[in-house]
Amino acid sequence: MISLQNLRKWLNERLDWDDLIAFSREKAVPLHRLSYWYFLGGITLFLFVIQVLTGILLLLYYRPGANEAFESVQYIMTQVQFGWLIRSIHSWSANLMIFFAFAHMFSVLFLKAYRKPRELTWVSGVILLFLVMGFGFSGYLLPWNTLAFFATKVGTDIAGQVPGIGKPVMIFLRGGEEVTGATLTRFFGFHVAILPGLMTLVIFVHLLLVQRTGISVPPKVEMEWKANPNAKREMKFFPNFLLRELMAWYVALGALGVLAAILPWNLGTKADPFSSAPAGIKPEWYFLFMFQTLKLIPAKVWFIDGEVVGVLLFAGIGMLWLLLPFFESDDPSCTKRWITGLAVFALAYMAGMSLYGQLAK
Amino acid sequence: MTLAKTDPDRENPSDPRSPSLARRRFAEILLGSGFLVTAVAFVYPVLRYLIPPKASDLGSDSVLAGRVGELKPNSGKIFRFGSRPGLLVRTARGEYRAMSAICTHLSCTVQYRQDLHEVWCACHNGLYDLNGRNISGPPPRPLETFEVQVSGEDIYVRRRRET
Amino acid sequence: MDSWQNRSLRRTNNCGRAQSKPWRKRRQADAVLAAELLPTGTARATSVVFCFVVFLLFLSPPSYAQTKDSCLDCHSALPDPLGVSREKFGSDIHKQRGLTCSSCHGGDPTNDDPDKAMSRQAGWKGKIDRKQVPALCGRCHSDPSFMRQFNPTLRTDQLSQYETSVHGKRLAAGDTRVAVCTDCHSVHDLRVPSDPASTVNPLNVANTCARCHADPNYMSGYKIPTNQFAEYNKSVHYQAQVVRGDMSAPTCPTCHGNHGATPPGLASVTNVCSTCHVFQAQLFDSSPHKEPFVSAGLPGCVTCHGNHGIVHPTDAFIGTGSQAVCTECHTEGDIGYAIAAKINQQLVQLTTAIGGAEQILDSAERSGMEVSEAKLDLGQAKDALIKARVTIHGFNLNRVEADIKPGLESAAKDYDAGRKALAERNYRRLGLGVSLVAIALVLVGLRMYIKQIEG
Repeated sequence: MISLQNLRKWLNERLDWDDLIAFSREKAVPLHRLSYWYFLGGITLFLFVIQVLTGILLLLYYRPGANEAFESVQYIMTQVQFGWLIRSIHSWSANLMIFFAFAHMFSVLFLKAYRKPRELTWVSGVILLFLVMGFGFSGYLLPWNTLAFFATKVGTDIAGQVPGIGKPVMIFLRGGEEVTGATLTRFFGFHVAILPGLMTLVIFVHLLLVQRTGISVPPKVEMEWKANPNAKREMKFFPNFLLRELMAWYVALGALGVLAAILPWNLGTKADPFSSAPAGIKPEWYFLFMFQTLKLIPAKVWFIDGEVVGVLLFAGIGMLWLLLPFFESDDPSCTKRWITGLAVFALAYMAGMSLYGQLAK
Repeated sequence: MTLAKTDPDRENPSDPRSPSLARRRFAEILLGSGFLVTAVAFVYPVLRYLIPPKASDLGSDSVLAGRVGELKPNSGKIFRFGSRPGLLVRTARGEYRAMSAICTHLSCTVQYRQDLHEVWCACHNGLYDLNGRNISGPPPRPLETFEVQVSGEDIYVRRRRET
Repeated sequence: MDSWQNRSLRRTNNCGRAQSKPWRKRRQADAVLAAELLPTGTARATSVVFCFVVFLLFLSPPSYAQTKDSCLDCHSALPDPLGVSREKFGSDIHKQRGLTCSSCHGGDPTNDDPDKAMSRQAGWKGKIDRKQVPALCGRCHSDPSFMRQFNPTLRTDQLSQYETSVHGKRLAAGDTRVAVCTDCHSVHDLRVPSDPASTVNPLNVANTCARCHADPNYMSGYKIPTNQFAEYNKSVHYQAQVVRGDMSAPTCPTCHGNHGATPPGLASVTNVCSTCHVFQAQLFDSSPHKEPFVSAGLPGCVTCHGNHGIVHPTDAFIGTGSQAVCTECHTEGDIGYAIAAKINQQLVQLTTAIGGAEQILDSAERSGMEVSEAKLDLGQAKDALIKARVTIHGFNLNRVEADIKPGLESAAKDYDAGRKALAERNYRRLGLGVSLVAIALVLVGLRMYIKQIEG
């Protein structure tokens, strides 16, 4: 007779995973008034899984290629049973995932979870954020509509502004000098093969590191608990925290359903490379703050081109962002206040600029 | 929602506190049925999605306009080209011509005139030749012509490729 | 090199250049002034001297080797009205074809001496009198064997046409204020009509006619209105031709003729309109209006549509409403009044039906539903409406109804499709509601379960 117990024994004799099971039994999540923030990472991961699943389904009908892409998406939206649902969920979940990735990053920043020994977790996380934005940029082009075409043109133009390597990078991204069907094919390759592969790898590293270092605790709480060990509160991950995460994921599912049914993602008009760009073209919201900043930089700063200054500025900030943990102190009682200040400024700046970019003509 | 203290060993299934046991059972049933319904609600659309629909679209660049034998020589028919009507003509000599069926004057749908061997617009008496050129009446511009490809029994019409 | 030597070198190399010799400039100015102010004989003498001086001053470099044209050498530097610049004359088609000033004005262009060049012996005609202009142009342009050398397809009946025109007749009677060839075609910079800069290019010719015909002061004394150009600019023909570039739309000469310009007679104006508006004219000719209009002396199409200021008719033109033209003649109680009302009602009905279908289809599309097939089909209803708006010229209710009916059917079908699309959208929202309920169940269940296992 095969019972769960016997099955476990059978598998253990071959996989020898008793210590792993024991570890997962022991895995605990610290409990304090800021513990709610711990959900954000899991939600991001859940949304990524949704993306992979809906993406694979879309792959069954989507055709990359300038003369077929738009029509195939139209086909999915109108002819395929529940195609509208799958596609709208994919588009909405993409945006939600990027939002939650940013939220997760900021929560880690404010809770100072990047301190020793979790520096590498932070670095892998920032890399994940860049990959996620790459997903957004490459995926946006795939329906081959007017907005996407010109947003890609502008975006890759900006990438080409970097002195020295900019032009080769732009040609690499575009698959040529201009945005053409070759760009579409290339972006498709990035979006369904290269980026998913890299992403899976880095997620694996990120999660492994989280398991190894455990869940971090904010500095104040850390000090409290060091002074008073009895005050320490924890919750088992399996099944208690996981059940609560499941609730959050179901809420996310419900939200996605509502968005897909009430606000279906629109198709737009097929891209025509020979027509002129529509007025007021702007990128998706997650690039707006950078785009708006570039628009505000004067045409020439000193003797350097304004856009080059902007691009280099963001590149530099990106590098610093990656290395942020290495500026922080190990002692929870004297964490660097300027990093918190920087985090507040960054959040305010990004939110403000995005709003400005959205409302500006 | 409170993140309460955990102590999984406190709950003892063999404890004869039946109300809490019943409640747990109820919670389990509710949860189980909820999972089941949501699982069905997710899996059902996916399964329907996987089944290919009947209308196999080839994209608006190339359209199946008709079948060989459908059109007699010196006749024409309207077919759907993307979101607009097109005109497929079989000339008296048997060759196929395809062009947009939207008159360039005021967008009425044109037709093939067997007696005139030309394309005619009934609204204001515009005339086009079989190359789409506007030859008489108000139309200011020719009709856009399309490429015709006969593949076996099928007649495909495609937009002229840009260089 | 020594600067003094420089200067002297420059001086010798600068021979002829008036800029370094200010005293020569003064003499030029004097000569010009003299030519304008002095009576003819003295002016001629001074201008002769002046021409000689100018000729020396603007000594052409040896590389400039062209046919001798002494006329232009002087006259290109003279002010109006004697001046014809090289640039201006260069655009003239006659010059490009090898004709010279003397071809029309006579004289000897090879002679630098103005006395000899512009002499009676050399055949010099001077300024051509207005009354002589048509005959002068006609000397070549009415001669087919001569014109054949240049353009075998050019017509050669312009002069005979002109003689039948109002302009031609009045000129023969002694009125020199009417248009002659040079008034419309310009002179010395005469371009072919197909040249977009030509004064008689179809796009420009209305402006040319308006130069006189829209000038009330110039036209005072003639008993015709001067508002035609203003009216035409409001018209649908102007919109088509000048704004949209549709060269098949009419301008002044299209209806009036160009060389034989005469307003079309009352009986023949319908013929003019029917050259393009074939269906409407045919329908009108077989309609109950044809006879009454002819016997009442009404000018056919113009009665309802106007002649110059023809605006785009709306459905309100026909019927019994405030903008309708029918009520000019028809009154309540007569058959025509009733039919007009019914015809208008038909048009309005179809327009409303199309509008309704479009609205619902747009709403469905905005909600994310696929309705492109129905939208395509709606084109048929729109076609029917366009046909009906032509058919009304037969003033026959049955024929109008026959055109409107299929349009109404198509619009109704497409409205239905829109309704179905909205129903599908609502069905989807219902499905969403169901799954939300299921999700809520799960959330409640999870909550209870968590509470249970945690005590």
